[in-house]
Amino acid sequence: MKSVLPIFSVIAAILLFWVVSVVPMNMHLVADQAQRDDLVVTPDTPTARQNVSGIGLALRNTHLIPLTYTFVRPNLPSPHQVAGEMYKTIFGQKITSKRSLVYHGWVTLAPTLLGFLIGTSLGIFLAVGIVYSRVMDLSVMPWAIVSQTIPILALAPMVIVVLGSMGVQGVLPKSIIAAYLSFFPVVVGMVKGLRSPDAMQLDLLRTYSASKSQGFWALRLPSSAPYLFASLKIGISASLVGTIVAELPTGARAGFGARMLVGDQYGQPLVSWAALFAAAITAAALVGIFGFIEKATLKRMGMATT
Amino acid sequence: MSQQTIISARNLNLTFTTNDGPVHALKDVSLDINKGDFVSFIGPSGCGKTTFLRCIAGLETPTSGDIAVNGMTPDQARQARAYGYVFQAAGLYPWRTIGGNIKLPLEIMGFGKAEKAQRVKRVLELVDLAGFDRKFPWQLSGGMQQRASIARALAFDADILLMDEPFGALDEIVRDHLNEQLLQLWARTEKTIAFVTHSIPEAIYLSTKIVVMSPRPGRISDVIESTLPRDRPLDIRDSPEFIEIAHRVRDGLRTGHSDNV
Repeated sequence: MKSVLPIFSVIAAILLFWVVSVVPMNMHLVADQAQRDDLVVTPDTPTARQNVSGIGLALRNTHLIPLTYTFVRPNLPSPHQVAGEMYKTIFGQKITSKRSLVYHGWVTLAPTLLGFLIGTSLGIFLAVGIVYSRVMDLSVMPWAIVSQTIPILALAPMVIVVLGSMGVQGVLPKSIIAAYLSFFPVVVGMVKGLRSPDAMQLDLLRTYSASKSQGFWALRLPSSAPYLFASLKIGISASLVGTIVAELPTGARAGFGARMLVGDQYGQPLVSWAALFAAAITAAALVGIFGFIEKATLKRMGMATT
Repeated sequence: MSQQTIISARNLNLTFTTNDGPVHALKDVSLDINKGDFVSFIGPSGCGKTTFLRCIAGLETPTSGDIAVNGMTPDQARQARAYGYVFQAAGLYPWRTIGGNIKLPLEIMGFGKAEKAQRVKRVLELVDLAGFDRKFPWQLSGGMQQRASIARALAFDADILLMDEPFGALDEIVRDHLNEQLLQLWARTEKTIAFVTHSIPEAIYLSTKIVVMSPRPGRISDVIESTLPRDRPLDIRDSPEFIEIAHRVRDGLRTGHSDNV
């Protein structure tokens, strides 16, 4: 419970910054609209206003400040507008409706989880290979690192188009992008974890003439648990990012990524912002779930860090 | 007591190649260990006492010379489960109970379920930890953990126990207690024990034979057959005999050093 106060302090600071920023960000738009509505605005021409900063404009037209918080198509929506949009689209719609964020959330979550599963399995498989085979150690690791330097935004449309031309559609192409991003932290963490037993522990197994597979199951795999969980937490959030990125440039009709794009293209910033926050909350929840499993497992294994 | 030789080393040499050039870890080491002996290896760091123990276990391969354990090569002897090895740290798996840790070698060696349970019970009694099989390592003190690791080494009934500074990390009081228990264990099980230590009193109190070693290159500078009786209360350490042996050990350590310091 001690962590609650610092967390709320940070959230409060962010909210405050956000609330204050809403005024200068939207002031020019609000001033233009106010002039159309025959309200008094200084300076009184749009071109003159262009030369004044958002803050300056707000200071000269203090009576317009409240309007910046309720503007329909703002540059920066205010927190209560985003919250309202989220409430409306999460609780105010049937979850099967195309307007429901829950529906779009599931469209994104399903490939995220599948991609995470693929990425984690691949990561563990590669890590075992790297630890047990010198050839793989020398050959796989550099490529794994190179793979992460390619901008995923450039790669995603290619993967989707190529897979589409091969008749693979639906959840799988997005999962592959998600797996592409999530396998890497698992490889790095598991290699370190599988190599974590010290020389003495390995010598002990040698005195029993233990085989390599016995050493793997009895010592290396359990020893890697703390590293695996750290990797899984990074992997699951990378997987969600991968899925959203896969939805962005490919004209997806549903999912968080599609909502963000629709909001941008049709001038509905609230839709984008609501999707953005829903995605962030989903990622936080997924990481939180793994954090909880981690704590429970490591405590049971006598490896709790605190 | 039979005088059957079970560990025999002849002109053993071992050179490690390091970045700073070759290190002569063992030079012309010859030694016989008889069945039922309690042999201590004592000497400063770098004298090769641990390396020699690792050669017996087949964890290091000598550069030249012969070593036989039960008439076999160290590798064959290991596969025949000739020895149990106790390291400086208990090295218990935190995710296994004490019973589970003792079962580890039994699982690897393929013992049956009932056999495993029965052996765990027996060796826990031997090290005075009966009833602790369901506890986890973190629930035990350092001394108890080291006793559990000795039980783990005893579980598969090897005749030889190789111990590499097993009590080095423990405080003096716990150490005295464990030394006493180790002697009782040795008397009851009639094992052959090779024991590496830094402590002169520990070496003399425990051993029937004390091997004094010196560094650079690692070699044996004296072998002392103990004149102490087998039945040893802790206060034997104040007896004139004990002190006389201690003098001889110190002399051995000093001559080993004189040509180097």
